[in-house]
Amino acid sequence: MRHDVVRRWISTIVVWLCGLSVVVALVPLAFILFFVVSQGIQALNWEFFTALPAPVGELGGGFANAIVGTLVLVGIGAAFAVPVGIISGVYIAEFPSTRLATMARFAADTLNGVPSIVVGVFVYGIAVMPFKQFSAMAGGLALGIMMIPIVTRTTEELLKLVPPALREGALALGATRGRATLTVVLPAAAPGIITGVVLALARIAGETAPLLFTAFNNRFLSTDPRQPMASLTVQVYNYAISPYEDWHRQAWAGALVLVALVLFCSLLARFATRRLERLQTGH
Amino acid sequence: MKVSFTPGRRRALVALAAAIVAAPAFLVAQGQINGAGATFPAPIYSKWFSEYGKLKSVAINYQPLGSGAGIRQLTNQTVFFGATDGPMTTDQMQAAPGKILHLPTVLGAVVPIYEVPGVTAELKFTGPLIADIFMGKVTKWNDPAIVKLNAGVKLPDLDITVVHRSDGSGTSYIFADYLAKVSPEWAKTVGVSTAVKWPVGLGGKGSEGVTGLVKQTPGSIGYVELVYALQTKIAFGSVQNAAGEFVKASIPSVTAAAAAAVKAMPKDFRVSITNAPGPGVYPMASFTWLLLYENPKDKAQSKVMVDFMKWALTDGQKFATGLGYAPLPAEIVKLELAALATVKVS
Amino acid sequence: MLRRLRGRDLGFKLGTGFFAALLVAIVLGIGFELWRQSMLSIEKFGFGFWVGEIWDPVSGEFGARPFIWGTLYSSVLALVLAAPIALGIAIFLSELCPARLRMPLTFLTELLAAIPSIVYGLWGIFVLVPVVRSFEQSLPASLRALPLFSGPPVGVGMLSAVLILAIMVVPFASSVAREVLKAVPGSQREAAYALGATRWEAIRAALFYARTGIIGSLILGFGRALGETMAVTMVIGNNPQIKASLFAPGYSMAAVLANEFAEAADDLYLSALIEIGLVLFAITLMVNMASRLLIWQMNKPVRAPRAARLPVGAATAGGAA
Repeated sequence: MRHDVVRRWISTIVVWLCGLSVVVALVPLAFILFFVVSQGIQALNWEFFTALPAPVGELGGGFANAIVGTLVLVGIGAAFAVPVGIISGVYIAEFPSTRLATMARFAADTLNGVPSIVVGVFVYGIAVMPFKQFSAMAGGLALGIMMIPIVTRTTEELLKLVPPALREGALALGATRGRATLTVVLPAAAPGIITGVVLALARIAGETAPLLFTAFNNRFLSTDPRQPMASLTVQVYNYAISPYEDWHRQAWAGALVLVALVLFCSLLARFATRRLERLQTGH
Repeated sequence: MKVSFTPGRRRALVALAAAIVAAPAFLVAQGQINGAGATFPAPIYSKWFSEYGKLKSVAINYQPLGSGAGIRQLTNQTVFFGATDGPMTTDQMQAAPGKILHLPTVLGAVVPIYEVPGVTAELKFTGPLIADIFMGKVTKWNDPAIVKLNAGVKLPDLDITVVHRSDGSGTSYIFADYLAKVSPEWAKTVGVSTAVKWPVGLGGKGSEGVTGLVKQTPGSIGYVELVYALQTKIAFGSVQNAAGEFVKASIPSVTAAAAAAVKAMPKDFRVSITNAPGPGVYPMASFTWLLLYENPKDKAQSKVMVDFMKWALTDGQKFATGLGYAPLPAEIVKLELAALATVKVS
Repeated sequence: MLRRLRGRDLGFKLGTGFFAALLVAIVLGIGFELWRQSMLSIEKFGFGFWVGEIWDPVSGEFGARPFIWGTLYSSVLALVLAAPIALGIAIFLSELCPARLRMPLTFLTELLAAIPSIVYGLWGIFVLVPVVRSFEQSLPASLRALPLFSGPPVGVGMLSAVLILAIMVVPFASSVAREVLKAVPGSQREAAYALGATRWEAIRAALFYARTGIIGSLILGFGRALGETMAVTMVIGNNPQIKASLFAPGYSMAAVLANEFAEAADDLYLSALIEIGLVLFAITLMVNMASRLLIWQMNKPVRAPRAARLPVGAATAGGAA
């Protein structure tokens, strides 16, 4: 065969292989979504959302404490991570040539790669042991630590995307750097930052390992940050490794709630980004 | 559409947020008490705490993390009470910041569960055989040692998959304690503790994890508290006791195991009743203990727990048999109520 | 040109700088805490901790080799499995995909990354493990004799862990690889096409240009696999042994931490576990550093060789290789 015909064949084969790899990657996704939806929907009822867990081995019961718990824990984590993340992102974007900025950027990347179980071990040492108490505060802190690098990076990148003309305009009008950033640049980047925060929230809502020895677990519905707290992820874990069929069904339902949450946040972020692009570029 | 955050709107939002955060605080059970420990008694404890909670409007949050975790967290004082089926060692008790009382709550049994395809009959085991299986010396279900004990049962040529606990467990303690008594090799190479170095097998988290693994893995064998086998309808075998009989775990056989201990109960209630002598005795029976500090800092919580224990030792015992546990003998209850009086509640 | 900030500008810099410093402090704090709490174990076992094979809480003998093995073995195999797929996706989405499909397909691969690991674990126990078990059981005896496939076909074990990790690594590595490929200047591809390249050959040119970045993205995926806890601990079998067989149950550093941390009953045990956490922290730190360095290297403009930097009007703006 002529050399160039062979080359064209190889090219076509490779193109198809790349397409195939996309399919191969999407097959597990389809599988997982299929099982989560088909198994989870069976146990998704009013009792699931409103009842507390039944005693071990008895039928019935629900995930009310776990759902509220996840919301509270994510809230505490966000309360800690959002200010720290945004403000440190502002610093890195505004003063990028300082040594602190380089260190902070490196720290954010490092923190992003720290395994979640290690964060849990760390928070146990500083927030559980000294107070001799498992608490939602500790769990929220662990989640917050995991959330910070995402928020920092998002803030930094989005601030850099804001047209310099905006900042220069504010400075030209006599604003201090702080004022310029806070009242002009940051609001311009706000929609993107909020999108990033929403995605980060979805990510930490799905974390299990850092909660195992910080928030512990709680049979009861609690919003007290000083007490242990149940969470969707830990409850799904406990039910999944149990031998009870009823608990397995509830675990799938819990997984469905988690996946729905993640899906919702991702879609929200997608639409927000597209809207943002359209606003900025005018089409 | 741009929403303008006028001062009025801002204040309203803050008030709303505050209300949302504050309101559920009223739903919080007053003075929640946290405990952790064994999975062995978890079914009856969760039943008890649920029933008692309804009676007295208290919230006792018990997490079955395993006896090892219960002991550890109690020592660290991150929980108020612990629960274990392997009594604390002297070293562990010395490491604790205060004196800890072991209070027996019920009697239970550790049973050998298995999942062998095609076998519906109840299998018979001896102690040494179980030790050999868990040491990896007997590896197939149709091994002559098993076949000899179970004539008439068609055992397949299938590998035995051993399942044990991956976490520190009192159930493991009871199991290892029994095996050490009947198998000198086990005593020498593996030993007795809540977390031994298992020669072979898969690790499941909690009794639930072990039961789950065994149920899903054909050819597997594990050990769990009786109640888990009953609740999940998984097959469990009979074990040969010190008198040579093959006994299946049941309320009478477990109660018989405690009979000898009743006469010679040590003052701190830490006693092993595995491989107890006598007819009709189930060899892998054990007490399970609730651990309380004698002089804890939070006296209010102490009072709640002492009152709970008094209820559990008397009215609570009626729930035991329904869940596959044997109630405590009356003599032991009397001794315990006396011991409870030493716990400081004010 | 440095300009001394004054007044409120200084306040702004200090105010925001405080939070940036807080971020650095957190990372340093994690490293320091882990180090401090593992001192007991480090002093007792020293270097032997990393090579010791026995993990025996009863006798107080702790060796982390089975966990290091389990973590590395599962992650390396997962990477080997995931790398071609991740690359294929990255190439497809950045070069070959029809514009209309690009958005939904990107969204779907990102969704794969966003699924919580506990859901992967749940799916792993109930769906993947039985499938792997039947696969293991159906393997012909000739293959079963090989050390790679020896041992009872339980389903739970290294193979399931590798598969789950591979699925989790793919979207991660592919999204970074896609970013890297997007950063390749169009001139590279255009030059290739101008020389008569087929699609694949043009892609190959871009891949070659971006090779450090691509490797960086794969290493980043590797780092993700190293730290994965829940999905692994639910399917790996939790047995600290070192076996080459894919069927054998194993244990990973993250899994042993999750299982045994809450109950480490004595100080030495706890310290040994935290030392494992320290090892895990150090390994992921190094892996992430390496990958960032590689990706960052890619973004640096390539310098023209000396001979080409002639001041004769023909300015090549940093693109000539």
